[in-house]
Amino acid sequence: MKADSNFVRLNSQPHEASSEVQFYWEERPVTARQGDTIAAALLASGIIHTRDTAVSASSRGPFCMMGSCFECRVEVNGELNVQACMRVIEPGISVKRQRS
Amino acid sequence: MLNVDVCIIGAGPAGITAAIDCTKMGSKVVLLDEQPSAGGQIYRSIKKNGHVHGEILGPDYLHGAKLVSEVESTGVQHITEAKVWRVDKDKQVFWSCRGKAQQLQAKRIIIATGALERSFAFPGWTLPGAMMAGASQVLLKTSGLAPKQAIMVGTGPLLYLLAVQLIKTGNAPIAIVDTQASKQYIKASRYWANAIQGRKYIYKGINLLLQIKKAGVKHYHRATDICAYGVDKVEGLSFTCAGKKEVLDAQTILSHIGVVPNVQLTRALELDHSWDPLQRCWRPSLDEHQNTSLSGVAVAGDNSGIGGALVAEYQGHLVACEALYSLGKITKDEWQKSTNTLKQQIKQELVIRPFLDALYSPPQQALTPVDKTIICRCEEVSAGDIRQYTHHSAYGINQIKSFSRCGMGPCQGRYCGQTAAEIIADEANIEVSEVGYFRIRYPIKPLKLGELASLTPTDKSFMQQYKD
Ligand code: FES
Repeated sequence: MKADSNFVRLNSQPHEASSEVQFYWEERPVTARQGDTIAAALLASGIIHTRDTAVSASSRGPFCMMGSCFECRVEVNGELNVQACMRVIEPGISVKRQRS
Repeated sequence: MLNVDVCIIGAGPAGITAAIDCTKMGSKVVLLDEQPSAGGQIYRSIKKNGHVHGEILGPDYLHGAKLVSEVESTGVQHITEAKVWRVDKDKQVFWSCRGKAQQLQAKRIIIATGALERSFAFPGWTLPGAMMAGASQVLLKTSGLAPKQAIMVGTGPLLYLLAVQLIKTGNAPIAIVDTQASKQYIKASRYWANAIQGRKYIYKGINLLLQIKKAGVKHYHRATDICAYGVDKVEGLSFTCAGKKEVLDAQTILSHIGVVPNVQLTRALELDHSWDPLQRCWRPSLDEHQNTSLSGVAVAGDNSGIGGALVAEYQGHLVACEALYSLGKITKDEWQKSTNTLKQQIKQELVIRPFLDALYSPPQQALTPVDKTIICRCEEVSAGDIRQYTHHSAYGINQIKSFSRCGMGPCQGRYCGQTAAEIIADEANIEVSEVGYFRIRYPIKPLKLGELASLTPTDKSFMQQYKD
């Protein structure tokens, strides 16, 4: 999936291995860099709306990027409430927007 | 169960330093931290040899390389990706690591959990695309990502530092919407003597502002009525500046109004805390050697009061000295000599703080947001909701919490506790210090029941507490 991202990726990468990894967002393939957290990979691919709230079903996305706010909760391979900013991408994982 | 001399929670500058000192002197140490590598948020993703974007991140960041390389060379037992969710008064520590709960028994505990960014709750701050400035810095450090054409809003050294870092990436923000009020200069001028003594920080600050100016970034001053708009993502920011309403389009809004001690663990441990009126936050009550109200438990770094990375390092040495002395690893003379020097260094390094705290105190809008502003992001409680509960009776902050659900979500009030307390204080016309703070309960990080199965021995009553 190619969406227009609000973020630019600088040329050289902090991770030793900056090879590409593929994973799935809402069943569509997305390319990330090895070492990215799920949240970073999503933001880099133009996906900023990663969860709907339980109370009013309003949209939310990553907010603190340090594991404290819990706004980045997504579903990973069927597991709910995974903090996307705390989990590193693994090839082939299926990530979904968390609803509820 | 694992038995250690010292368990250190948090691998930022304070925790790292304490871990290195204690390990070097032959204590059995475990350093626990949530991230995959040492450094804390300030030195996130730093390597022994620096960082590929070292030029952009700057010399203060690169200072951390020395620390993380020493963690390795000293052989500190550092457990990464460890979320600490409970610490008992008898110094048992529980954490989860990749879905498995583990525990240890320590003789001494050092809590070095750092700071959190202070929430700047304005209408629309919950929209995707609105983030904390610190989040943008994490993305830069960990993945080399810079936002295109962001708006930065708020005030404080970190906001200007990030602006300069983004300028260096070639992705200057389109505007800085500064919320600093003119009265803050007057308040800060009371501490001019501190400013002169701590002038290296003033030079640094001026230098940042000059670089922002040179890059041609539009800098709005004394902005009020901050409001992000958009349907289900950020589309722009509106505000009032010099009596005029301004509207700017943007997809990314980075907010920042300073940092506050992360007291989640010290609160859950029921340690004494006191209100710091100048920093406008709670901090654990400490003796002059960073010891808390519970014997054998010390704190170091920003979670003991905001002092910055260098102070954190000195405090790390100081609490290590305390631990080593109590464990019989150093003599009284050695302890006295080292602690005296360290206390002096800390004092010198902290001299600038009152000036900075007054200059960059949070804007009124963040302390008492308009009614429609969501303040509790997890449970979607608005400022107006809190005002209503405050009006109706003389409820305390914990009753208001259970009626409104404010602070009952997974973040456990990390980002709404202070705002809620400020609103209650304002509405009831009392001091924030009188309002108190949310009671924090274990586990301080959400725990899946399955994770507990790995604990030995798990008695039923222990499991029961986590059933809901
Ligand atoms: S973005 Fe805050 S916890 Fe992940």
